[in-house]
Amino acid sequence: MNQIKIQTEPFDLAAIQEELRRDNPAIGAVVTFLGQMRDINEGDRVSTMTLEHYPGMTEKALQAIVDEAEARWQLMGIRVVHRVGPLHPLDPIVLVTVASAHRGEAFQACEFVIDYLKTRAPFWKKEQTAEGERWVDARHSDDAAERRWQR
Amino acid sequence: MINLLYFARLREALQTGSETLDYRADLATVAAIVDLLKARGGVWGEVFADDQTVLVAVNQEMCDLSTVVTDGDEVAFFPPVTGG
Repeated sequence: MNQIKIQTEPFDLAAIQEELRRDNPAIGAVVTFLGQMRDINEGDRVSTMTLEHYPGMTEKALQAIVDEAEARWQLMGIRVVHRVGPLHPLDPIVLVTVASAHRGEAFQACEFVIDYLKTRAPFWKKEQTAEGERWVDARHSDDAAERRWQR
Repeated sequence: MINLLYFARLREALQTGSETLDYRADLATVAAIVDLLKARGGVWGEVFADDQTVLVAVNQEMCDLSTVVTDGDEVAFFPPVTGG
């Protein structure tokens, strides 16, 4: 299976974890991050969100992040799935699943991948609220999260 | 030929997602292309104003104003990313 998928349709978290962990008894830990859409942002109710991306660059940027994680930690598999197009509250947006022999590396690598994805992968969110449409602004806290991993 | 791409807030403001420029020796850096776009005035001047944060990728790799552009390259402009 491809390590990276960009898709409009929903994904099956359990099936992705299962595909990653089965058949490899050396795996002792699987850590999964699931990002889902919230109904409130910046104090306003959000009814729909539309995710745009840069086809081609998105896959390259995510592959570079996955390659970096595999260089930093001893891992036994990574899957990254990110949805694009229209989404609604409670919809899963992004999944990062990491397998390793022990939990420490899986936890760290999973957090590293989502932190880097937030600041380096070319996705943009547009929200629909009662007041109309607006593009979501980048967060300084995401830049700070990425800086923790720099070396 | 240089392929220019615009995404998200930029694409909407500029009312176009892509265009092509004939390659010329004086368009050999990202900075030179930005100057040319800025000189169109109006919304182009606003989008590429010095106080706006615009990210740029050449051939799908993040880069900066000093990056060299050659004939056939793909140059994309977009706002800070907000995925995840």
